[in-house]
Amino acid sequence: MKRLFPILGVVTAALLVYALYMALIGAPTEQTMGNVQRIFYYHVPSAWTAFVLFFVNFGASLVYLVKRKAAADMVALVSAEVGVVFCTVVLVTGPIWARPVWGIWWTWDMRLTSTLVLWLIYVSYLFLRRFSSSGETPTLAAALAVLGALCVPFVYFSIWFFRTQHPQPVMGGGGSIDPRMLHVLLINWLAFSCFAFLVCWSRYRLEKLQREVDQAHALESLMAPRGSVR
Amino acid sequence: MKGNNAYLLAAYALTWIIHITYLATIVSRYSQLKREIDSLRKNK
Repeated sequence: MKRLFPILGVVTAALLVYALYMALIGAPTEQTMGNVQRIFYYHVPSAWTAFVLFFVNFGASLVYLVKRKAAADMVALVSAEVGVVFCTVVLVTGPIWARPVWGIWWTWDMRLTSTLVLWLIYVSYLFLRRFSSSGETPTLAAALAVLGALCVPFVYFSIWFFRTQHPQPVMGGGGSIDPRMLHVLLINWLAFSCFAFLVCWSRYRLEKLQREVDQAHALESLMAPRGSVR
Repeated sequence: MKGNNAYLLAAYALTWIIHITYLATIVSRYSQLKREIDSLRKNK
């Protein structure tokens, strides 16, 4: 498994470079927005990747609640953390795109507001994991994650059910996209998905090592002679 | 529309700054933990 990591790293790097080239040069220029529309090729794949990661977090949290497996707990933590990173990218690139196109950085419409709420829920999840030292923390966090995941379909479908400032969906829901743009969008999503997988794998290894260190410290404390000062 | 290229550059640059910063924290914490566990194993 460990030998696969560098191979996947090289493939992912190549995909990301190709995706960047296609986003900046290969994709056709949008008629009304011009070059700034190319932010779309980072903004949308980041959103989709974040949603997938939050769904993974949901699944892992459910498994943990039912089976109490440490591996499920680690996957839940890792997927939430990386999901927050991708969701941060969405919340940063969105306003940067909005400013020249809408003339405003932000508006409290359903899509933007629900995405911000989703981000806050998962940041709360991470705060709970980080600052709570109770033995029940993984269980509480898993419960929060299962409820938080209900926000994900709400965010996704918000532009279908509400009239918002945010553009209507490009795929389904009556929307459409130039096939060449769709091709570039999907390449960028593939590249970011591979990248997210590698980041999650790295973070998982870190979490596993952290738990080993914590266990080693705990054992050391147990085996220390009585009355000894560390 | 040329001024809009600055927004495009900013969006792409910030995306990678966010990702690289996060990756750097993972790498840094991993190295720190590796040193700690090696030192714990030596003290056994």
